[in-house]
Amino acid sequence: MSFSDHFPILVVLIPLLVAPLASLFTKGRTAWALALAATWSSFLVSCFLLKDVLANGTVRYYLGGWEPPWGIEYRVDVLGGFVLLIVTAIAALVLTFGRRSIKSEIPERRKSIFYAAFLLCFTGLAGMTITGDAFNVFVFLEISSLSSYALISMGRDRRALNAAFQYLIMGSIGATFILIGIGFLYMMTGTLNMDDLAERLPAVSDTNTIRAGFAFLTVGFGLKLALFPLHLWLPNAYAYAPSAVSAFLAATATKVAIYSLLRFLLGIFGAGFALGAMPLDMILIALGLAAILSASLVAVFQKNVKRMLAYSSVAQIGYIALGIGLASQIGLSAAVLHLFNHAMMKGALFMALGAIAFRIGSSRIEDFAGLGKRMPFTMAAIAIAGLSLIGIPGTAGFVSKWFLVLGTLEQGLWPLAALILFGSFLALIYVGRILESAYFGTPKEGVEVREAPIEMLIPIWILVIANIYFGLHTDFSYGLAERAVMDLLPTAQTTVEVAQ
Amino acid sequence: MPEVAVTLPLFLGALLAGITRGKLRAILMLAAPIVGAYLVYTLTPGQNFETTLFGKELTPVRVDSLSVLFGYLFHLAAFIGVVYSLHLKDTPQLVASLAYAACAVGAVFAGDLLALFLYWEGLAITSSILVFARRSGRSLGAGIRYLLVQVFSGVLLLAGTIAWAHGGNGLDFNHIGLESMAGKIIFVAFGIKASFPLMHNWLTDSYPEATPSGTVFLSAFTTKVAIYSLARGYAGTEQLIYIGVTMACFPIFYAVIANDLRRVLAYSLINQLGFMVVGIGIGTELALNGAVAHAFNDVLFKGLLMMSMGAVLHVTGEMRGSELGGLYKKMPKTAILCMIGAASISAFPLFNGFVSKSMIVTAVLEEGYEWVWLGLLFAAAGVFHHAGIKIPFFAFFGHNSKHIETAHEPPKNMLVAMTIAASLCIGIGCFPATLYSLLPYSTDYSPYDASHILSQMQLLAFSALAFLSLKLYKIYPPELRSTHLDAQWVYRRFAPTLIRQSFRFVMSVDQAFRKAVLKLMGRGVLGLARHHRSEGVLARSWPTGSMVFWVAVLLGSTLLMYYV
Repeated sequence: MSFSDHFPILVVLIPLLVAPLASLFTKGRTAWALALAATWSSFLVSCFLLKDVLANGTVRYYLGGWEPPWGIEYRVDVLGGFVLLIVTAIAALVLTFGRRSIKSEIPERRKSIFYAAFLLCFTGLAGMTITGDAFNVFVFLEISSLSSYALISMGRDRRALNAAFQYLIMGSIGATFILIGIGFLYMMTGTLNMDDLAERLPAVSDTNTIRAGFAFLTVGFGLKLALFPLHLWLPNAYAYAPSAVSAFLAATATKVAIYSLLRFLLGIFGAGFALGAMPLDMILIALGLAAILSASLVAVFQKNVKRMLAYSSVAQIGYIALGIGLASQIGLSAAVLHLFNHAMMKGALFMALGAIAFRIGSSRIEDFAGLGKRMPFTMAAIAIAGLSLIGIPGTAGFVSKWFLVLGTLEQGLWPLAALILFGSFLALIYVGRILESAYFGTPKEGVEVREAPIEMLIPIWILVIANIYFGLHTDFSYGLAERAVMDLLPTAQTTVEVAQ
Repeated sequence: MPEVAVTLPLFLGALLAGITRGKLRAILMLAAPIVGAYLVYTLTPGQNFETTLFGKELTPVRVDSLSVLFGYLFHLAAFIGVVYSLHLKDTPQLVASLAYAACAVGAVFAGDLLALFLYWEGLAITSSILVFARRSGRSLGAGIRYLLVQVFSGVLLLAGTIAWAHGGNGLDFNHIGLESMAGKIIFVAFGIKASFPLMHNWLTDSYPEATPSGTVFLSAFTTKVAIYSLARGYAGTEQLIYIGVTMACFPIFYAVIANDLRRVLAYSLINQLGFMVVGIGIGTELALNGAVAHAFNDVLFKGLLMMSMGAVLHVTGEMRGSELGGLYKKMPKTAILCMIGAASISAFPLFNGFVSKSMIVTAVLEEGYEWVWLGLLFAAAGVFHHAGIKIPFFAFFGHNSKHIETAHEPPKNMLVAMTIAASLCIGIGCFPATLYSLLPYSTDYSPYDASHILSQMQLLAFSALAFLSLKLYKIYPPELRSTHLDAQWVYRRFAPTLIRQSFRFVMSVDQAFRKAVLKLMGRGVLGLARHHRSEGVLARSWPTGSMVFWVAVLLGSTLLMYYV
């Protein structure tokens, strides 16, 4: 085996090994450098992996040389490679951005622990995307969740502790549900390997055990991905976590949960069962719509910008859920594409909020007054990423909403298309509130505010430019999303004709 | 490649107006529409600019006789507007005016629906600045309402475009028609901008609140872009005939009672748009020519009237008809120019309104819509009353107002701008052949034959006679409220009681409807706000137990749904 054959394990192994190493250093700066090196090398490896997958098809890796169904299998297909690229890229960018922001928000003695937890969380998320083993999903989910509770609790605000505790309870319930669901599947099939499961499930799918397992799995993942009305843990967790953590989790954690859900729905149960025989498609459409409208409206009234964007995340997840619920080629592709685009927008927005918190120490909307003049580059980044969030043509957000609307029209669901556009209108209002305060508000007297340091601006602007680039060139992003869905659907077409 | 850069001179002018000051800015702003018009002159029909984006074939610039005509018109309107606003030092307003004109030019040259949408929203944003620029509390409110409606129209256009493209029709902007759902959505989007009945309130709400020169720009572009779009996409759609005749008739009631003279003009603008919409709905070559020509002329005479009222507003700071009067003593030039505009809008022979309005009316009769024809005659008489007589009478004649003491002629540039428009009104009225040669269809139509002049003169002469005799015998009183009631005497020969009753009926239904809708909306918004505000049930931080409760609810209900 050549070195490059070990790439799948390297993505997970590098951060996993560097994490304890980082915790040994008492100096925060060394820990940061180690973590940075680990995330960037993971990012490079995932680039090579995606290239490999696109050229040669699904990459399989057997842990310790044990072939499935005895050993654990890592499997990277187009969708996995795509999500892995998102996770590693955001992690690398957030750590590049985060040194000074973390320095100002985390006490010195906790910093090396912080970086270790960050790397562990990253390990868990990366592991969830590439594993081909159902139980392994649970293991990595727990790794990422436990470390993210720790990360959130380190926020400056004392309410962070309470938020982390609530997230701990809710996350644990979610993980337990997932474990129960996997247990039911194992009970009926005797295997944990995803491909094996997919092969054996159709024979037993018409049993109450599988139905119960399916319910536990969907609700469990619904909790982790903050599907309305299971999103209640999310606003506080994002609002009170340290800025870098908010940026990282908002752009990746829910995305990976959605990815895992897709894996289970399409890769294991098959679209015919999950979105056809079971009424999950209707549930996803209804809850997605409720998320879009209700969470957007709540965001309109928020006074804390971080909390506003957290609610906006719930709404954006609603769009993705809606796309999945459409259960068509174009709807699923739009959902996967929005996963990618939303990671870019929210990554940029939360990092920019971090830069502002670094300078003014607050994220209340009235404190943004006059920032348009004082922090022009940061605010311009928020403005552009905000436009993308609304879905203005020329930005990435427009492309995914375009395909989502196309997906609804394809099935003649006119009212849905109208409500999606209405959701954009609500986004216009809450983004408008931020921009109005920043560009037209009168700043407080006697407070000196400078532009954010260049090391923060560069990662933010990389994502902002990506937002515009992928708004104009859709070949890479939509092409990949379409291919990923194509890969997943054919094996899934068992009973119901799903894709056209 | 002049076709790529057709909006460039105006956009560049807007940009430069933002960074230069004084004489230099005046020269640049005057040069921008001239250079732009020259660019239009160099274009030949069929000289399109095509490109590929998102893998779609797009035509951002399409040149044909229709777009070229509107291209000339908008550059002309921009030029007159710039001359009219030369005395201003208000940079945002000047920049917005030119950018607004540029968006209008871009919209009429847009060959695909996506480009049209972009300019459509551009129009909304730039023009709202002209309302905000009045910088009063009322204009702020009116401007926000205006912007909301305009952006909503844009959203509808985008939604319709997506559906249209998805229906396999491509993105090219040609005939659309009402057959498909997408066509209906785009129709409503256009209809909002064209101020169809019940969608017209943004116009009469915001135009009177804009700055004096802002209203001149506003009256020229937004609605004319909509007329252009309707002519392009919905020519020959029969529904438009009835919509148009309603538009021509109903504003008359409102124009008669409005006290703000610019609001009177705003209603009369809808009335003129009605004529154009009827022409588009008829859809014959003659009717379309008439509609387009009338749009051209309307920009000139409505601009002229708006400019003269703007001059009065500029000098006196007053626009209520009941507070004005007798100004001809101090503003004779403005008064004469205003009356030329009034004669044009009333379609006197030898003025430009006549040469285009008679085309539409003739086409209506040719196609056998007698009732519509009668409606248009009624509308024409109404125009003559509220725009032809009421405007100059209340501003410049009537009782002597307190403003006579301080009034004087407006700045020279305003007079020059009005003179340009007035000469064009008379010029086109006397020599219509030049305008006719620019029209989309070749025409051998001659406005000056016996039947046209006779029917128009009958209409005008008798209503003028009636009005004059009223004035002579002092039955037509100077006070506004009674003016409205007594003015009905003119119409009484047509329909003695119908008008008063229909008027009352319209008002009461209108009011009741508004009250009910407002109440309903208020309640809905309050309810939504109560639940979504930061302390609302959907937004507050929940205790962990309640969160778990929701998990249980969802698990239970999904289990139930999966089992059944």
